[in-house]
Amino acid sequence: MAFLDIAHVGKTFGAASVVNDVNLAIEKGEFVTLLGPSGCGKTTLLRMIAGFESASSGSIHIDGHDVTLQRARQRRVGMVFQSYALFPTMTVADNIAYGLKIAREPKSAIAERVEQMMKLIRLSQHAQHYPWQLSGGQQQRVALARALASSPRLLLLDEPLSALDAKIRVALRDEIRALQRKLGITTLFVTHDQEEALSLSDRVVVMNEGRIEQVGTPFEIYNFPRTRFVASFVGTLNILNSRVLDEASGLVEVDGQTVTVARLRRSGHGERTLALRPEAVVLESPLAGRNSLMATIEEVNFLGSVVRLRARLQETVLSFDIFNDPGQTLPQRGSRVALGFSHDNLLELEAS
Amino acid sequence: MPPSPQSGAETTLPSVTAVPGPRLAIRLDWLGIVPFMLFALLFLLLPTAFLMVGAFQDAQGHFTLAKLGLLLQGNVLDAYLISLEVSAASAIVGAIAGFALAWAVVHGGLPAWIRPSLLTFSGVAANFAGVPLAFAFLCTLGRTGLVTLLLQHYAGIDPYSTGFTLLSFHGLVLTYLYFQIPLMVLIVTPALEGLRKEWREASDSLGGTALHYWIHVALPVLAPSVLGASLLLFANAFGAVATAYALTGSSLNIVTILLYAQIRGDVLHDPNLGYALALGMIVITSLSSAGYLWLSARTQRRRS
Repeated sequence: MAFLDIAHVGKTFGAASVVNDVNLAIEKGEFVTLLGPSGCGKTTLLRMIAGFESASSGSIHIDGHDVTLQRARQRRVGMVFQSYALFPTMTVADNIAYGLKIAREPKSAIAERVEQMMKLIRLSQHAQHYPWQLSGGQQQRVALARALASSPRLLLLDEPLSALDAKIRVALRDEIRALQRKLGITTLFVTHDQEEALSLSDRVVVMNEGRIEQVGTPFEIYNFPRTRFVASFVGTLNILNSRVLDEASGLVEVDGQTVTVARLRRSGHGERTLALRPEAVVLESPLAGRNSLMATIEEVNFLGSVVRLRARLQETVLSFDIFNDPGQTLPQRGSRVALGFSHDNLLELEAS
Repeated sequence: MPPSPQSGAETTLPSVTAVPGPRLAIRLDWLGIVPFMLFALLFLLLPTAFLMVGAFQDAQGHFTLAKLGLLLQGNVLDAYLISLEVSAASAIVGAIAGFALAWAVVHGGLPAWIRPSLLTFSGVAANFAGVPLAFAFLCTLGRTGLVTLLLQHYAGIDPYSTGFTLLSFHGLVLTYLYFQIPLMVLIVTPALEGLRKEWREASDSLGGTALHYWIHVALPVLAPSVLGASLLLFANAFGAVATAYALTGSSLNIVTILLYAQIRGDVLHDPNLGYALALGMIVITSLSSAGYLWLSARTQRRRS
């Protein structure tokens, strides 16, 4: 059994089913992110693991113990909230010491641990400050230290960076990852930000409508999305509706033109949904061994270091980026161009 | 080409005309609060200054501390003590009952429609005082009041047989509670709404029980608001006169009634003692209000 084992967990609120039959196994020391849009059930799943919500079905095991029916205070799970949730009448040191005092640790041990945690988050000089005297980023670091001070078995982070501005978000993101690596604590992180999920995690769990769509490393999730949802939610993606012409060679037809797919998932003829990352497409004359599609440029957006272009086949519209090059002439709107990409770049998505 | 005198005049013109704009705007802004300032000056500041001076004068206008000295003697001191007792009792009972009501509607899981209904009612009831309130209580809990008669006929309980009378200390406290409880509900509801669910969850996940949460998190957060609101309730009751006078006439010796007796112009009147009584009241209500403001500021700072 994995360190955190979630088996057939579901949650219903009245008639609404928010989490459906979720199965997930997380190993000790892993950093896993639940990624999905608002309302996909990721926070509800996290809250069930924390013990703030009871599971309507299924079971949750932490370190081999069934915690499904345990209260939050019995689970030894550290939680960091989006809104920091620091106790406003306590100083930074008292906030960090809260869990240790409740556990009736000796005073000297508490003082030592608090000092250690404050050094870890580099806020020793703010020990006697109150939360309202700190910036958002500092408050969240204190919240992290408070959650970690009691040496929990599991660390849960519920969109901890969402309330911070962009620059601090990136810095704290790196800090959280470094801390997690240093302490080796099993961590479950919830976010709707794909960049956060991809940059932080050992594995990403993409959720949609209460279900897990795909679990994989950031590399797998980004490069080999299994469903149309994952493909569109993680990064920008072009969707091509195609019809199989020759299954053996992977020859398919898209808007009256033919391209080759390196690996077709399913056998048989018929309609297939293909995905193509914008960064895989280049402007090039047709080359042997590579796919080529003729398209008409509809839009040219100069974004500085890159230029984003939009081109239409017939029904299908493709977006792609090229690097800015002062020596290069950009295609004009309405001009016909050849778009090249390798056979491997065309991914067949699971039928929805 | 050298600038002509005319072009020079043109360049300086904008800076000359730009100056009166902001000044005019400032004047217009101030104009908006002139009625309030006039009102405050005529009906608050000048009378306060007048009575503060009068408290140190005898009937002939000579300086004396005799009137202030009277505050510590006999029935005047008794009046202050009764006023303080009535105010404290109505503030404490009002604060406890109001807090319980506000808690029930904010965190008690009651049906959603109860909350706006209670707050609207509280808004009305908190301002219901004076002769109408006294009349309402006489009609319901007076010796022949509707509720008294209903209790006698249907429950076999006669409140007056237990020694209760509306025209007494307890009767006055009960009447004051009619506006004290709603006032507490109005003041403390935002504070209760400010108790964040995440604090409870954070405490839980750190191993805390409900008792830990209340002692270490919720009560310290709520304390300034609850104490501050209680002080405001106290000041509110301490300054009330119309309700008490309409209800008890002069049978209950509280400061405001004693003060009224000094300035209404009958044979026993002593305006300078009235000013001294008022000065004593100003000191007490100011201390109470200052306490409220200080506690409110602390609460605001924590929320920011």
